[in-house]
Amino acid sequence: MTKINPIKLGYRLLEGWFNFSFGPSWNPLYNLGTLTFFFFWVVLVSGLYLFIFFDTSIAGAYKSVEYISHEQWYMAGVMRSMHRYASDAAVITIILHMFREFSLDRYRGFRWFSWITGVPTLWFVITLGITGYWLVWDELALYLAVLSSELADALPFVSGSMARNFLDGQLTDRFFTLMGFLHLLGQPILLVFAVWIHVKRLSYVEINAPRGLAIGSFLALLALSLIAPVESHGPANLSQVPRVLHLDWFYLNVYPLLDYYTARQTWMITLGTTFLLMLLPWLPPKKTGKPAVVHLDHCNGCGQCADDCPFDAIDVRARTDGARWAHEVVVQPNQCAACGICLGSCPASNPFRQKHEPLVTGIDMPELSANQLRAETDRVLSNLKADTKILVFGCDNTFDVSALESDNSAVVKVYCIGMLPSTLMEYALKKGTDGIFITGCRTGDCYFRYGNVWLDKRFEGSRKPRLRARADRRRIMVSRGAEIDGARIRKSLADFRSAIAGLNASDHDPPRLDTDRDTQDAGI
Amino acid sequence: MPESNPHIAPRRINVGYLLLQAVNYAVFMAIVWYFSFSPPYRQLAENSAVVTLAFGHASKRVSECSVLTQEELDKLAPNMRKPMDCPRQRSPVTIELRLNGELAAREVLRPPGLYQDQSIDVYRNIKVPKGQHHLSVWMNDDSNVDGPTFEFEKTVNLLPAQRLVLSFDPDKNGFSVN
Repeated sequence: MTKINPIKLGYRLLEGWFNFSFGPSWNPLYNLGTLTFFFFWVVLVSGLYLFIFFDTSIAGAYKSVEYISHEQWYMAGVMRSMHRYASDAAVITIILHMFREFSLDRYRGFRWFSWITGVPTLWFVITLGITGYWLVWDELALYLAVLSSELADALPFVSGSMARNFLDGQLTDRFFTLMGFLHLLGQPILLVFAVWIHVKRLSYVEINAPRGLAIGSFLALLALSLIAPVESHGPANLSQVPRVLHLDWFYLNVYPLLDYYTARQTWMITLGTTFLLMLLPWLPPKKTGKPAVVHLDHCNGCGQCADDCPFDAIDVRARTDGARWAHEVVVQPNQCAACGICLGSCPASNPFRQKHEPLVTGIDMPELSANQLRAETDRVLSNLKADTKILVFGCDNTFDVSALESDNSAVVKVYCIGMLPSTLMEYALKKGTDGIFITGCRTGDCYFRYGNVWLDKRFEGSRKPRLRARADRRRIMVSRGAEIDGARIRKSLADFRSAIAGLNASDHDPPRLDTDRDTQDAGI
Repeated sequence: MPESNPHIAPRRINVGYLLLQAVNYAVFMAIVWYFSFSPPYRQLAENSAVVTLAFGHASKRVSECSVLTQEELDKLAPNMRKPMDCPRQRSPVTIELRLNGELAAREVLRPPGLYQDQSIDVYRNIKVPKGQHHLSVWMNDDSNVDGPTFEFEKTVNLLPAQRLVLSFDPDKNGFSVN
């Protein structure tokens, strides 16, 4: 097994278990963002229903929540429980999302922006939950109100004592108007804005959970709401201090700190932890490769690279060089992840092109160009002496394909398998490879988000540039896996090698390959 | 809503896998349910009460207004020549709360503001055992006076979980309990 750090190992084992239980398509770990959105939809719909019956006054709030929970338990009561449990579930999915990105080292380098905008977003969610608990106006709400005010009083820009508002006889219904505004409108708007910023540097952001996962999650929430309906504490009594509280630890875990530390120290602990989390991408920093470069004289502005870029780093603009094409592409270097997927998208990356030596493509990677990729393929193939020659392509971010190198298997490593031009498969087969074995991140999980998805679609023929039908598909195998899947990948390779050997024995006609038809189609 | 992840073919539905998924959902919801209420948090011991010292107060000014002499006025710029000089700075406030003769809290509060001219705010919770207690409060809000400017004493009987608020209003005879 490849050496792997214990945090990543823990994540990979959990991921493997969910792949086994749900399959990659419904694996909750591959859908944490969409699941969080789904839970918020449940929170929104149930919250709107609860608001119909909620009385926004000090005297009426608790009574109305009791009505919701007991008189109309079959509908509003269930809605209340789903509102609470879906909010809690959302915190778990957010924390799992952070754990996933951290354990897979997907929070540094070009991902710094998503990470540092994600950490405060968690606080927006937490404070939204806290104001929700205030509205119930039970003993827990009073506890939160007093301690939140103590925290606010410790801020240097807050004058006066907010906490004194919660002493007997000093509270008015305006407090509930403010809380209602914050919880129902102000904070949700802020949260939506924060999420929009968080995903700003991504393309193809998915917000809908797979139907099967959504149905399963909904049924589970409903079952929990019926089995363990949510109850309030006793009504808030300003002259009493609640002794035992059933805190919702997903949202209210900071408050007990105030029993051990002053409000200022509690701020320092929470803000310090938050800043430390936000600084993680630079502790230590991770170097991102050199961004993609456009060779305008080889680019027809088809925009396929812009369509495929998972990080929204490529823009299509009006042509500036006077060429006959209407558009050109421009790379935003500060957003480029250097994944090379654009190189695989570009029809001009066709290795059969001989008009231009060395091979120059429309959009290229400075440190592993289309020309270098072709040269490396040629080099490793020339070293293979076995009867059954297998060429292995793999990426840098998961199982290390170097371990598959042998007398009859040559290895070419790329940044991401989405970087592989479909025509390179045909080229390698024409150059004498008997079989092409491609690894890469586990299905459903790509370090660069869409590399293995685009590769599959190109091979299926549903996305350009397609793997042409004349490439013998029997001689190409994709077997993906994580760092801990080495044994399975080795077995797949051994089986593939046997199958290719059998194919070689029965099929003496090598596949006929066209040279650069795709390129001609593209008009380059 | 997509039937599955739009980029990956869904797995064929199978009763065994559905049961396995149900187990996963059950574990997930068990975690949600448990940490939504548990473990319970005890913030106050069974037989305890809380005395809350809470009030806002503008202390005495450090010095009174004085009339400037003509000589002093002449030294000022023409537009600054007001006959009365009223320093804004207020005195620091010292408060001591004793329970049954023992010092329970002592605060020395400097008035906030650039000129230290604003009201001080006190909010302090002190956990005490239930039962009878003798409270005594001592406060000095005038730096020109040695010793207390306000004092208060009272014997109270506190019930479990009761919050007794000790507040202060100089216009209503100083300290009082609610």
